[in-house]
Amino acid sequence: MALIDVRGLSKTYKVADKQPGFAGTLRHFLQRRYRDVAAVQDVSFQIAPGEMVGFLGANGAGKTTTLKMLCGLIYPSDGDVQVAGHRPQRRQAEFLRRITLVMGQKQQLMWDLPPLDSLRVNAAVYGIPDDVARRRTSELADLLELGEELTRPVRKLSLGQRMKAELLAALLHEPEVLFLDEPTLGLDVNAQSRVRQFLAEYNRRTGATVLLTSHYMADITALCQRVLLIHQGRLFHDGPLEVLADQLAPEREVHLELERPAQSDAFEGLGRLERIEGCEVRLLVPRDQLTIVVAQLLERFPVRDLDVKDPPIEELIGGLFRQGRV
Amino acid sequence: MRIFGLNRRIIRVLLGSQYAHMLEYRAEIALWALSGVLPFIMLSVWSGSEARLGLGLDGVALDRYFLSAFLVRQFSVVWVVYAFEEDALLGRLSPYLLQPLHPLWRYVAAHLGEQLTRLPFAALIAAVFFVAQPQAFWLPSLGGFLLAWLATWLAFAIAFLFQSLIAALCFWSEKASALERLQFIPFVFLSGLLAPLTAFPPGVRALAQWTPFPYLIDFPARLLAGQPVDLIAGFAAQLAWVALLLPLVLLLWRAGVRRYSAMGA
Repeated sequence: MALIDVRGLSKTYKVADKQPGFAGTLRHFLQRRYRDVAAVQDVSFQIAPGEMVGFLGANGAGKTTTLKMLCGLIYPSDGDVQVAGHRPQRRQAEFLRRITLVMGQKQQLMWDLPPLDSLRVNAAVYGIPDDVARRRTSELADLLELGEELTRPVRKLSLGQRMKAELLAALLHEPEVLFLDEPTLGLDVNAQSRVRQFLAEYNRRTGATVLLTSHYMADITALCQRVLLIHQGRLFHDGPLEVLADQLAPEREVHLELERPAQSDAFEGLGRLERIEGCEVRLLVPRDQLTIVVAQLLERFPVRDLDVKDPPIEELIGGLFRQGRV
Repeated sequence: MRIFGLNRRIIRVLLGSQYAHMLEYRAEIALWALSGVLPFIMLSVWSGSEARLGLGLDGVALDRYFLSAFLVRQFSVVWVVYAFEEDALLGRLSPYLLQPLHPLWRYVAAHLGEQLTRLPFAALIAAVFFVAQPQAFWLPSLGGFLLAWLATWLAFAIAFLFQSLIAALCFWSEKASALERLQFIPFVFLSGLLAPLTAFPPGVRALAQWTPFPYLIDFPARLLAGQPVDLIAGFAAQLAWVALLLPLVLLLWRAGVRRYSAMGA
């Protein structure tokens, strides 16, 4: 049975339009014109307990609005949402104890106090006994590699340390459902990797259900088998990441470094030549012809180095929408 | 057991953390305490004027009234609308709304923490006042002090609820604090900060009794200064204002949260 059940979810905002200049200002003041902006349109999906699902889309696609409706911060304009058997918009205490929302650029920790003070407040608010709160804090701090940072004022922590402390605070009540909105935004590569490992470990240990949005594909590929792709408020894909990658990228990228420069016509019939610059060559090769083409390349050219990879998925998604293929 | 979402542990931990938080701003709070010296300025204005005779208070009683007004004001200052407005605009309200505790309790705890931080500064200013005006020194009786403390606490409750009502309008208008400024002038005139209510013509006085303002400063200050007041009428009016404002705040808040779209988040 689905832990998150979303059917026909929509959210429409009323936005006042204003033209520039003095006349525009007067008109805006005297005769304000509103228009409806559909942030989310007829979105449906189900997520089973324990699943980790990635939520992809460009800026303004409707990811955060959807997450906020799922945790009860925003009332839907239409449709039905059930999370852990509750209607989120009622924000009943029992529901709030079972979920958490982490927003990469927002914080719940008290800025001037050490994270431990905020953790004490959270423990009291969620009714977690002191000894249990201490044990959980210690376990989560170990997983997140947090130590003396917990006794330093939040304002003195680095962005990565702060994000880890935010995660700790958000998970102290052991929620069953995690809504994570850009949890690694702005972190350096090491901190991103640490947060990813932590989330995977938390999911393994507690069986929590995770819905994650991120601008970093590495977050999605490392954590989520299944992805939802949203564009202009509509859901375009719900399925395995590999299927999406296949749809998005029917070709793979082959990088060649040759011993000596070659002419571009020499690559005819070996895929789509994207770039040739001295000894550096970049080809796009259909997935089903990859092995044959690679074998031919090695046979025909003096190859110093060869690398095959998927193009960055952000580019693929952008390209897909630009080409109007979804 | 939780009452209004609170239990003893939450109260203890919230107050402790908010006090620690406010201590970080002790220098700023000391300046706020100093900036509340309007009653002393008014005292010097009234003391040097013949109009003082119309107040029905002799010199010492006037000193005590304005010192009491200063102290009551120190412990009933409310700034929830500004804190709430900032939190709503910056999206900091979202995490509070997702916890099983009404967000207003955090602001109550923050105010109480700030009052506790303010206490030594207010006491120091009172001590300096007594050094300058030794004839005004008095110690209220225990009963009188407890009644004044209760009246001050109720004054804080009225002011907090009144401002929370305005703060809840932030769900509709991002700059609801402008409304708070609108009520500042009647507050200053009718609360007793500028002059005891006895200084006003009977018509204005009668009108003022139907507003919450005299119960915010004049009534608790007179109690603390040991001056005659209608105890039953004063406390009944304070409780009536709390009983009127509380459900309004809760209703407006509930309607506001429905409208909330996590601005700036």
